[in-house]
Amino acid sequence: MKAAVLVFPGSNCDHDAYYALKHVAGIDAEFVWHKASSLDGFDAVVIPGGFTYGDYLRTGAMAKLSPVMGAVRRFADAGGPVIGICNGFQILLEAGLLPGAMIVNESLRFVCDHVHVRTETERTPFTRGIPEGTVLKIPVAHYQGNYFADEATLDALEARGQVVFRYCDPDGDATRESNPNGSARNIAGICNERGNVVGMMPHPERCAEEVLGSADGKRIFDAMAARRRGRSA
Amino acid sequence: MREKKVTPELAREHGLSPEEYGKVLEIIGRTPTLTELGIFSVMWSEHCSYKSSRIHLRKFPTTGPRVLQGPGENAGIVDIGGGLAVAFKMESHNHPSFIEPYQGAATGVGGILRDVFTMGARPIASLDSLRFGRPDHPRTRYLVSGVVSGIAGYGNCIGVPTVGGEVSFDECYDGNILVNAFTLGVVRHERIWRGTASGVGNPVIYVGSKTGRDGIHGATMASGEFDEKSEEKRPTVQVGDPFTEKLLLEACLELMRTDAIVGIQDMGAAGLTSSSFEMASRAGTGFLMDLDRVPQREEGMTPYELMLSESQERMLIVAKKGREEEVRRIFEKWDLDVSVIGEVTGDGVGRVRWRGETVAEIPIAALTDRAPVYDRPAERPGEQDALLRLDPAGLPAPPDLGETWLRLMGCPEMADKKWVYRQYDHMIRTNTLVLPGSDAAVLRVKGTRKGIALSVDCNNRYCFLDPYAGGMAAVCEAARNVACAGAEPIGLSDCLNFGNPEKPEVMWQFRSAIEGMAKACEALGIPVVSGNVSFYNETTGKGIHPTPTVAMVGLLEDVSKRRVQWFAAEGDPVLLAGADRLGVCLGGSLYLKEIHGKVAGAPPPVDLDHEARLLGFLREAAAADLLSSAHDLAEGGFACALAESCITRPGGPIGARVRNPFPESVRPDFAMFSECQGAVLLSCPPAKLEGLLAMGRRFRITMNELGIVGGESIEIEGIACVGAPELRTAWSAGFARGLGLEG
Repeated sequence: MKAAVLVFPGSNCDHDAYYALKHVAGIDAEFVWHKASSLDGFDAVVIPGGFTYGDYLRTGAMAKLSPVMGAVRRFADAGGPVIGICNGFQILLEAGLLPGAMIVNESLRFVCDHVHVRTETERTPFTRGIPEGTVLKIPVAHYQGNYFADEATLDALEARGQVVFRYCDPDGDATRESNPNGSARNIAGICNERGNVVGMMPHPERCAEEVLGSADGKRIFDAMAARRRGRSA
Repeated sequence: MREKKVTPELAREHGLSPEEYGKVLEIIGRTPTLTELGIFSVMWSEHCSYKSSRIHLRKFPTTGPRVLQGPGENAGIVDIGGGLAVAFKMESHNHPSFIEPYQGAATGVGGILRDVFTMGARPIASLDSLRFGRPDHPRTRYLVSGVVSGIAGYGNCIGVPTVGGEVSFDECYDGNILVNAFTLGVVRHERIWRGTASGVGNPVIYVGSKTGRDGIHGATMASGEFDEKSEEKRPTVQVGDPFTEKLLLEACLELMRTDAIVGIQDMGAAGLTSSSFEMASRAGTGFLMDLDRVPQREEGMTPYELMLSESQERMLIVAKKGREEEVRRIFEKWDLDVSVIGEVTGDGVGRVRWRGETVAEIPIAALTDRAPVYDRPAERPGEQDALLRLDPAGLPAPPDLGETWLRLMGCPEMADKKWVYRQYDHMIRTNTLVLPGSDAAVLRVKGTRKGIALSVDCNNRYCFLDPYAGGMAAVCEAARNVACAGAEPIGLSDCLNFGNPEKPEVMWQFRSAIEGMAKACEALGIPVVSGNVSFYNETTGKGIHPTPTVAMVGLLEDVSKRRVQWFAAEGDPVLLAGADRLGVCLGGSLYLKEIHGKVAGAPPPVDLDHEARLLGFLREAAAADLLSSAHDLAEGGFACALAESCITRPGGPIGARVRNPFPESVRPDFAMFSECQGAVLLSCPPAKLEGLLAMGRRFRITMNELGIVGGESIEIEGIACVGAPELRTAWSAGFARGLGLEG
């Protein structure tokens, strides 16, 4: 298993993702500069958080134009697992690899806090082995994490099992109070129809070790590693 | 070229006194050009030259076995063992933040980050010490929102966690807020870089953002008082671009992994002027710069403007001759401007050319060595004695102490600061093991077992009432806070915020505070390795409380030994270490201010011998796994410290039942809220109690067993009992409510 950690100008969770993959989950990882045009030799792609191009336009709107995004699209079309975290999720939305858009948090303020999410589907390469209904304790840190889509799109997402994570309280109830940004239907993460491309606002790389207050994020990286092992077995 | 002719009047408008201008004429031997006048005026401004503070700053201990770099560089550096060191500094951005809170605070963060990565260190954490006017002052809410989002906007984007700080309020800051930003970075010893321009013939290279007209004379603005016209100075506030700074950070660190460079310095206050002259001054060299090669954002900029612009996110590099291409390649990879603008010369003269003409020619040693130094008159204010007078017996006793307790815990100074730090990314880089909300934040140093504890402190009321004692207390409290986390204090940085130094009373405050701080540093063996002085914190003649903010850096050899301020488990015994330090003392207390509306009396005394033993005791007790929690008694005294240990726990509040540590004869409100220096509230696993008491005896720390953790309420026997959830609610909601902000 070898994972590419993409680095755009302004990526800032790249080192954290690399550390969690390599030194915590034991997955071989390598940084890939945004000007690269190929992802050959990689088994998974991680688009880390940050403020690509300062997010001075719309979040992710500039990054989607980087050469590496063409390679990401081809990689995803071929069924390769891709996960976008925070700004990475925003980039996937802008690139059209996932439906919907992000708007500014309801509070109009940046929010950094530990929250809980409920796992809604086991069908993605990043949630396999995490049973539906499992509550994960995981941090968020964003200013534009308020997921938005029209009702028809939201209904379609629900119907096709594309909602991957939902904000919830520690008992797993998706209450309004447990939602840190006002996202539609408490959505914290979604996947594409095929299930191989996942975007999530919370940061699993920030909670991959108990010493950081939670190791729940490691389960997502473990799922990623297990999938590869399962396939090659 | 036709530029304004320099006259004595113009020199005065530039903030140079007639004597200072006379000195300029002497050094240059002719009438200076406008550009030269600009250079002298910023280099000799209070902000850059430290002319009023220098003779006093020498009183600080600045050396020690761990000190790799003391004051005088972009940041101080202290060894943490294993070939690693930490570089850190704190700096003020008070004036710009009052004029334009978002950009003022943002660029304060940007500036201090550059000071740290200039040294070769990767920034891993920031702190902010913020002081605002009264919570109900019409401007306070706007300033708090702007400053906090400015800090968040910059720090979050560049990806350096803001892990702690302080926020407090007093009417003395109504017209002059304080924004002090601190950053710490980690560097390998062999990768430390300094701001030096050595090697005749070496290229001088400009990298980063283009130069514009923003921030011209920011340093001079920061060296004058405020008045009603301060709003007009808005154009002198720079605008930050954290994205460019992120690129600059990565490019500089990449460059520093090569050996292509000789020296590097941030273009901070006074921009291109201070960076070029300071680098040459340190190396004893000169330079020739061609301003036409400076990347420019707008057309028609004059040499005066180019030299004085404070455009952000720029660095000046001196590279080895022949290695220019390597430098260029790295900065171009990161989409940043890079331009060779000159070279190092051997004659000790700084020469600036523009459109083929020499627009400045200044002997560097004279500019720096002959910079004015003042021993300004200092005089204790006549009203100081009156301030110290306080008759506690005359204070009305509150009818309901539980109610008073709730009020104090909910006042904005005491209340939960989550509204603030929730806007800061405090987890990025995944090193923050103790998040904001304890006495000190604790970070791990990846690849080692070590940890760094950080705290920033100052009690401005104490400093106002007795600057000497207040200065001592600021150092001791900051040291105690990192020791409560289990760390050894290894160095500090300070931000000395004062009024107009030309007033003898202000100078007295300044001198006294420094002497108190220096005394404490010496007694505790803590060097001052960096810092900054901010004078002229006055508006229409009214000065702030003297506010010497102290940022303390502590080292844990084993980060798994870190401790927090909140109680851990039901049944743990509660103890008071330094119980003999308790006394009836309301001077400068939060209780006196919030409940009785007074700032008066003598602040609590400091016993430095006790403090030194206490620091050793706390560290050893943590290292020997004898403690569950440790929390310093500070604002709000015993009762508020107890409440904090019960309610600040992330897992939810827990109660405690303790004895009153004061004699019964003491008035109950005084027992609850008297403040002291040198006492710490501890809890420990029951099985460790004997060991902890023995450790106390070893360090000659008076230990008092007070009670036990558990239950739903917090009870000081015979005095007050309040539900832990009730206290937590008052504390949680207090900040937003007190400021009229949305929760």
